[in-house]
Amino acid sequence: MASRGIKDQVAIVGMGCTPFGEHWDKSVEDMLVESSTAAYESAGIDQDDVDAYWFGTLGSGVSGLTLSRALKIDYKPVTRVENMCATGSEAFRNACYAVASGAYDLVAAVGVEKLKDNGMSGLTGTSIPDDGTRPDLTAPAMFSLLAPAYSKKYGVDEEEMKDVLTRIAWKNHYNGARNPRAQFRKEVGKETICNAPLIAGQLGIFDCSGVSDGSAAAIICRAEDAHKYTDNPLYVKALAFAAGPAAGPIDPDYDYTTFNEVVASVADAYAQAGVTDPRSEIAMAEVHDCFTPTELVLMEDLGFAERGLGWKEVLAGTFDLDGDLPVNPDGGLKSFGHPIGASGLRMLFECWLQLRQEAPQDRQIASVADAGKTLGMTHNLGGAPGECVSFVSIVGSELG
Amino acid sequence: MQNGANDRGILAYGAYLPYYRLEKAAITAALGSGGGRGTRSVASYDEDATSMAVEACRLTLRDSDVTPDSVYFASATPPYLDKTNANAIHAALDLPSRVFAGDVGGSPRSVNAALRSALDASRPTLVVASDVRSGRPGSSDEANTGDAAVAWLIGSEEDGPVIASWRGGASATAEFLDRWRQPEWNYSRVWEERFGEHAYLPLVTEAAEAAFKECQIDPADVDVVVLTGLHARAVRGAARAAGVEGAKIASDLTDVVGNTGTPHAGLILSSVLDNASPDTTIMVIHLADGVDVGFYTTTPSIEQYQSDRPLEMQLEGATSPLDYNTFLTWRGMLDREPPRRPDPESPAAPPSLRSQRWKYAFVGSKDRSSGAIHLPPQRVSVRGGAVDEMEPVPMADVEATVVTFTIDRLAYSLSPPVIAVVIDFDGGGRFQCQLTDANPDDVKIGDRVAMTFRRLGTANGIHNYFWKARPVAKP
Repeated sequence: MASRGIKDQVAIVGMGCTPFGEHWDKSVEDMLVESSTAAYESAGIDQDDVDAYWFGTLGSGVSGLTLSRALKIDYKPVTRVENMCATGSEAFRNACYAVASGAYDLVAAVGVEKLKDNGMSGLTGTSIPDDGTRPDLTAPAMFSLLAPAYSKKYGVDEEEMKDVLTRIAWKNHYNGARNPRAQFRKEVGKETICNAPLIAGQLGIFDCSGVSDGSAAAIICRAEDAHKYTDNPLYVKALAFAAGPAAGPIDPDYDYTTFNEVVASVADAYAQAGVTDPRSEIAMAEVHDCFTPTELVLMEDLGFAERGLGWKEVLAGTFDLDGDLPVNPDGGLKSFGHPIGASGLRMLFECWLQLRQEAPQDRQIASVADAGKTLGMTHNLGGAPGECVSFVSIVGSELG
Repeated sequence: MQNGANDRGILAYGAYLPYYRLEKAAITAALGSGGGRGTRSVASYDEDATSMAVEACRLTLRDSDVTPDSVYFASATPPYLDKTNANAIHAALDLPSRVFAGDVGGSPRSVNAALRSALDASRPTLVVASDVRSGRPGSSDEANTGDAAVAWLIGSEEDGPVIASWRGGASATAEFLDRWRQPEWNYSRVWEERFGEHAYLPLVTEAAEAAFKECQIDPADVDVVVLTGLHARAVRGAARAAGVEGAKIASDLTDVVGNTGTPHAGLILSSVLDNASPDTTIMVIHLADGVDVGFYTTTPSIEQYQSDRPLEMQLEGATSPLDYNTFLTWRGMLDREPPRRPDPESPAAPPSLRSQRWKYAFVGSKDRSSGAIHLPPQRVSVRGGAVDEMEPVPMADVEATVVTFTIDRLAYSLSPPVIAVVIDFDGGGRFQCQLTDANPDDVKIGDRVAMTFRRLGTANGIHNYFWKARPVAKP
């Protein structure tokens, strides 16, 4: 038994990504058509060239028909995928395996979410009949539990913690301001972030990702076929996923300063990709910054910072656009919002742009252009501290 | 029918006062009328007559080995009609299914129906009375009523030490219009005050005389009188009508708690018993659509009896004054704009039955192989993965410590913000739940908490009962 991975067996040869935002004038179908046709065009293919589809959405439709009806797919396999906030990444992961298995030559992974049609604030859960005893916390409240636990464990006082969280939000908005596809395209001052109304615990409104609509898509083929479609494919180096006992909320050993699922999934990803020193080898990472404390904890869980020192690295600018290891150069969930089924593929889209040096000049990261690094990471998680699912991919612009 | 003396009496009792108090002056300040001096007790937004009854029963049974044969729930403000409210209490106490549970209700006098039945029975019986009372804004009922629950475990020496023997009593009944309420009304109406006095006082005299005679008790032998009823004017004249000295009347708590209706005689009796020495004869006179009179005499066993949370402690432990607008909101008198969030969902019947001991009694599971405690109960252990090696572990009475917490300002609540805590129980077990009866500004990691039975919400007419944490009362 082993997780062997499929390093360099499959490649991404085309991608599409809609702008994310409050698309009052666009339906789920509209967004699916836009992201898919953009991806076809990017790969230089027609829809009929695609052999099978993996379609991710949490709640904007059910079954493969949501995609096949919108695109008028000509009787091909369409698998609907759901894995909480990692849904888009899961569509991609399973599509890659289908190609690696040899079952299909060319497949598409498409993710979409329409959050702005329900009229609610924040994300809303799906309702499964139960006994009414589940803790009914909102997402910001669940992730805000990380902040006091981290502060206490590492002796970071409340004010310093607020600065750290503010720095993360400020950085992601700075990056998003340079991204035409982002929901929020303005820099936000630290003062504004810091003094915003509180939503949950220490988290103000700017510590939370937005709520938006969006869709993204990727076209995948075997690595040896990649150059039929593009001169600059991205090769899949690692695909890892972890779901655990979800016992944090009932296990006194869990201390709310880490995601065990992230630690497990990233270790698998590094092993698959042969990465031994992520801090120096990875050019950029798109991580799941649903709330600012999540990004802080992820910097340590993903091995980008020593345990207990992530907050110092954040303040030092390590993860800034011009830092050693740019994190969320596209602006992250912070600037894009989190249309659930689309987010994982949106993260991959930034790797697609940055590693191929197609990002706009004011956002192109130096680690690729100047330092010649070739690896990008996407990290996507769903759930809550102590009970989540975690996805990690590593993609690269070179074979080997 | 007379209630004759037998060898039965009170084995244990418990009174529960909710945490909140409303300054009556706040009513006057807001409305320019109504209100008055003093305070009234207020059931929190997550409490009702049933949840408060559970708390009173837990206080009553906590130090007792007796399993009651029946549970009677008396309330003029029952959360459900058609569905027996006593079953939720039965479930919360984790009583065996062979124990009977039933409601007596509708009027404050129903508590006496339950007590007479318990005192006449041959097996130990748990009686609990509980009301959440108010009236229209500015009314006398709004200012002068209150919320509370009281429970009694009634039995004989065979069951355990009787701390107060039942000496017997008598009643007088007549049909007259004093106070009435349609089931769908959230306030009561009363006839002219002086008429009630006219109707009640002769009944007081009749019942008292009959009781003294039947029980062969001389008025001079009475040490303390518990005198109450929702008709304040008639109650004021009742000592004289009963032939008892005004000086013997126990403080009726109305200045602080308000008149709590169905449980109120029991509330005063509890405060008397909290401080009573042996051989104290207590006369209870309850004016409620007639008059019920009864006598209890404390036994030497009362000296060893220690109420778990004496009323005095609950009176002192009350919070700083509640905002009048909040009070109106909690009582459904002020329809406030909800957050832009989905409506609360109601629990489904089949999963609620499957998890009855968890949902109602807070019984988790303990892995025999590793000792790990699971809340909620699991089949596969989080330690070592043993399958079906679990035994039930009751956790409702175990205290816990706050590990981390947050203030959720987005979640729907009648009393935002929601305080959520992660707590570790003494001896093992972790749980994440709401913290209630607490000020968001005061919560700290390391705080000590205890579990309390609450109504999380109501949707589709279904009350969702479950447990929350509350700060442990400081001694």
